[in-house]
Amino acid sequence: MITHLVAGALRLFSGSVARWQGCGPDLRQRVYFANHTSNLDGPVLWALLPPPVRALTRMVAAKDYWSASRLRMKLACDVFNALLIERKKPTPECNPLDDMVNALGTRHSLIIFPEGGRQTSPEPQPFKPGLFHLARRRPDVELVPVWMENLNRILPKGEILPVPVLGSVTFGTPLRLEEGEAKPDFLTRARESVLALRQH
Amino acid sequence: MNLLSDPAFRWLLGGTLGLLVIASTTGLVLARRAKSDAAHITISNLNARTNAWWLMVAVFATALATGDTGTTILFGLCSFMALREFITLTPTKPGDHRTLFWVFFIITPLHYYILATRWYGLFVILIPVYAFLLVPMRTALAGDCERFLERTSKIQWGLMVCVYCISHAPAILMLLQIPGYEGQNAKLLFWFVAVVELSDVMQYVWGKTCGRRKIAPKVSPGKTWEGFLGGGVTTTVIGAALWWATPFSPLQAAGMAALVVLMGFAGGLVMSAIKRDRGVKDWGGAIAGHGGFMDRLDSLSFAAPVFFHVTRYALDA
Repeated sequence: MITHLVAGALRLFSGSVARWQGCGPDLRQRVYFANHTSNLDGPVLWALLPPPVRALTRMVAAKDYWSASRLRMKLACDVFNALLIERKKPTPECNPLDDMVNALGTRHSLIIFPEGGRQTSPEPQPFKPGLFHLARRRPDVELVPVWMENLNRILPKGEILPVPVLGSVTFGTPLRLEEGEAKPDFLTRARESVLALRQH
Repeated sequence: MNLLSDPAFRWLLGGTLGLLVIASTTGLVLARRAKSDAAHITISNLNARTNAWWLMVAVFATALATGDTGTTILFGLCSFMALREFITLTPTKPGDHRTLFWVFFIITPLHYYILATRWYGLFVILIPVYAFLLVPMRTALAGDCERFLERTSKIQWGLMVCVYCISHAPAILMLLQIPGYEGQNAKLLFWFVAVVELSDVMQYVWGKTCGRRKIAPKVSPGKTWEGFLGGGVTTTVIGAALWWATPFSPLQAAGMAALVVLMGFAGGLVMSAIKRDRGVKDWGGAIAGHGGFMDRLDSLSFAAPVFFHVTRYALDA
């Protein structure tokens, strides 16, 4: 109930629509990877998925941000069912990649932002290698590129008050890691597939 | 609810509902007869438009029936949504963020609040003077000079069209004092909105059925001389025939309807030029079949201030 209300409010407030351009909404296991410019990105992408898909999709988010207040923590855990990870350099004991692979399990999908943090540049930064390692460990999972449009104008980095510009979220054609594809090639290709979904 | 006890208003509303019944029935018949794919697309768009009209008429009539405050709030929300679409299609920079917060959440509500208090003097200068000074001031404080004049001008333009101009429609209800027509302004507002929208619809119908010569093919390929003249004359005749709901004589009503048609046409043309420049067909997708709020309010935004001032000059006490 609360989940549907929050999702509805997010859609209304961000004025965002989903454009399923390269694939349709589906229950199969996916990793949605998107450009990242606003704290709203993860919640809005999640809110735009149809309820059955949304229930099985977890956004991967920074623990330091989402555990900063009790309200955020409650939202992240009870509403978004987010997977909170440490942004520090991974150690053998604490490797976010293991958490992500575990979270995928046999039914779940993930939302990730491979730039590693919110950006203010007009184009996305080079992707961090996490997406590549995820693709290698779970080759059966579809990798769906997503372009988040205007979310940076609604709530840019460093601002607290939002502006009600209308956003949009475009889903592209799923990728897979090619056999023998090198890490830098794959990461470049993935980034370009996101960028190709930009409208202007 | 004393608006509904006014027979003239009941006739206006009844007539509108009658038109919608005819439109829906025609749509059903056309949908059965359509053969080609292109015809199917046109007819299903037409039917989506008619369905949206039912909803828009219901919302507008309900707002009018709830009274002055309800109507002011409805137009305030329409302005807000139109401005949302306008700013979305206008490239702004991070340096405009806090200015835009002022524009959306302080200036727009304040302008409508002033309208609700019927303070004519401040209503006419708040946006053209005070917002005009505030917008560049706030943006300058944010410190980004790149394309400064262009950015601030576009924000001011959005405020003028989406908030200031559109608010002159509810101003017909709130700010006109016409001797012998006290307490009946809601009918005049209904007549005005009906004429604006009829003009759009009639020009669309005439244009689709016998439009040939394009008026401004580069700006709006759908606008033809046949559509404009046929729709314009039809609307003027209907507007004049409804004179009994207004404070005008039949001849005055015809003149005012023609003025509304002309300004509405100009509004549609100007807003099309902006859309074309931004490379889009519609302002948004909020109203099925119609596009965005601004696609429905473009004619009204240009017609409202002129209609308001001419009426005020001619009839206001």
